[in-house]
Amino acid sequence: MKKIVLVGAAALMLTSGALMAQETLRLLTWKDYTPPELVSKFEKETGIKVKITYSNNEEMVAKLIATRGGGYDLAQPSQDRIKFVQMKHKIYQPIDYSKVNTGQLITSMVDAVKKNAKVGNDSFGVPFCYGTTGMLVNKKNAPDANDWSDLWNPKYAGKISYRLKRPLLIATALGMGEDPFALYSDKAAYAELMKRVEKKLIDNKNLVKTYWTSGDTQVALIKSGDVDVESGWDGKGWTLHSTNPDIDFVAPKSGALGWIDTFAIPAKSKNIDAAYKWINFALAPENAAFFTNGAGYGTASKDAINYLKPEIKDNFTRTFSKADIDNIKWYPALPAGFDKIESKILERIKAAK
Amino acid sequence: MMKKRNITFYLFIIPVLMWLIFLIVLPHIDLFLSSFRFENDDGNTVFSFENYLSFFQDSIYWLTFLRTAFYSIAITVLAFVLTFPIAFFLTKVVSKKYSSFMTLLLLIPIWVGELVTIYGWMILLSDHGVINNFLIYLGLMDTPIKMLYTDFSMIIGLLYMSMLFMIVPVMSALDSLDDSLIEAASDLGASKWTIVTKIVIPHAMPGIASGGIMVFMLIIGDYVAPNILGGKSSLWFTEQIYNFFLTTIDWSQGAAFGFLLLLLSSAIIWIVLKITGQKLERVGS
Repeated sequence: MKKIVLVGAAALMLTSGALMAQETLRLLTWKDYTPPELVSKFEKETGIKVKITYSNNEEMVAKLIATRGGGYDLAQPSQDRIKFVQMKHKIYQPIDYSKVNTGQLITSMVDAVKKNAKVGNDSFGVPFCYGTTGMLVNKKNAPDANDWSDLWNPKYAGKISYRLKRPLLIATALGMGEDPFALYSDKAAYAELMKRVEKKLIDNKNLVKTYWTSGDTQVALIKSGDVDVESGWDGKGWTLHSTNPDIDFVAPKSGALGWIDTFAIPAKSKNIDAAYKWINFALAPENAAFFTNGAGYGTASKDAINYLKPEIKDNFTRTFSKADIDNIKWYPALPAGFDKIESKILERIKAAK
Repeated sequence: MMKKRNITFYLFIIPVLMWLIFLIVLPHIDLFLSSFRFENDDGNTVFSFENYLSFFQDSIYWLTFLRTAFYSIAITVLAFVLTFPIAFFLTKVVSKKYSSFMTLLLLIPIWVGELVTIYGWMILLSDHGVINNFLIYLGLMDTPIKMLYTDFSMIIGLLYMSMLFMIVPVMSALDSLDDSLIEAASDLGASKWTIVTKIVIPHAMPGIASGGIMVFMLIIGDYVAPNILGGKSSLWFTEQIYNFFLTTIDWSQGAAFGFLLLLLSSAIIWIVLKITGQKLERVGS
């Protein structure tokens, strides 16, 4: 009996030893952010094996809180979700900007993320890509839809969809002519505004076909003709436009919502060197352009524009006029406790008839 | 000899105990303790029943639970009504040779997994899906009927994935029913209805009850089907728990609601067993 135990233990040690031999980078990221071609290129160049886990903002933060910042070597939260989570849960470690090749990045984006993800003297994010949330519109059936308020326009009854998450609450407030981000410093006023947003969305719930829940359902709904007007991401709208010219992304008049996704290093990252290697690799102009050409999202890499396909460049100029760009509302860091207000409102909307 | 057996015994029992303690008992204790943690307005964490009280104070929570429980009970009853004839057919009418093959066919949806079957239903039920297109093609109607993203599609999805858990225990209960009892009743002039209600169902009752418990628990704790098939008014209680854990990152509140779900659904099962006069020990056997 003892022999069996010994053999078992030896086998276990051997396999774990074999696993240790190869260096790995455990990456917690979004779907579309790691094209297989780039991953194999990185593995060939560095000899580091990349292990990818797909996630989203909520799950990313929840996972890292559960492990107190362990389990992954590099994560990609949105820039507005870093600061207050870090203050309370301390799940990231400060970025050493001397290790980041900031020369290849767009300076204004680096500064914006540095500022929004700052706790004390340290900052916790490096910008990776950006995009906007606006509307996907079937121009043949709804040629005039061009503002958030069209999400409750009776003209499109039964042909409307959106995702029941916090961007919708912000978008609705914008469509109502309010400036929700200006109230981030005043919790009571923000709660009051959200009350009115809730009423707006419940009153007009009968116009909505359904709520989409993922990038895939967002695409499926408008592609199948089930809806004509929906909230959506620019990358998705542009990809759809290339296969069906009737469908396109539209920047709402009252302001598209701008997000920036970042690189942040979890507190208990086991391979910090590999994390910085990946950051610099993914943002190298050629690689960043490869990502943008595939996924359609903008990149924080400065010179990537030289490698972009013409139709990808064209997407941007077609959608955004100069005024539209100036009107993009970039998410400021979400203050603590605000997600609770929003979450309850979202549940009430979903429960309403 | 004795000593050797002891070693083997421990070798087998230790992994089981470790599994139970580290993966089931300790996490539950931790969750239970955290369900009493509450962050007050000053930002301090204190011991409090607030997380449990908020369930009763805010109508959105208990109304959602009531709705979830109501649907779960209704779907469980529906699952019984739909599957009982099938179970009877497979055990008493079809010959043994075919019935095992047919049972195997019934199991196929379980093999492909819940998510895949749900996407399958989406293809069937959507406005431009198989069923609507077929009906329009036949000329029975001009405009598609809205089936997907309604309570109807949610019920179908939940029913489809939970039906099997009703069929299997009912079949095994019916298997032990002696055919001669049915023949005797029929010889003595009992109607078909009388035979079913007086002989077949009472005999299958433990199977029905254990199937019912399984189906009810599966449905009330399901997250995927209501979320994907349910559409815009399908708030399920599990979704609120999910939101506490993942959206607002309020684990204490989520833990409290998790325990409330456990307590309340157990209470519903206990009440139903009491009403129907079943004993849990018999149901388990």
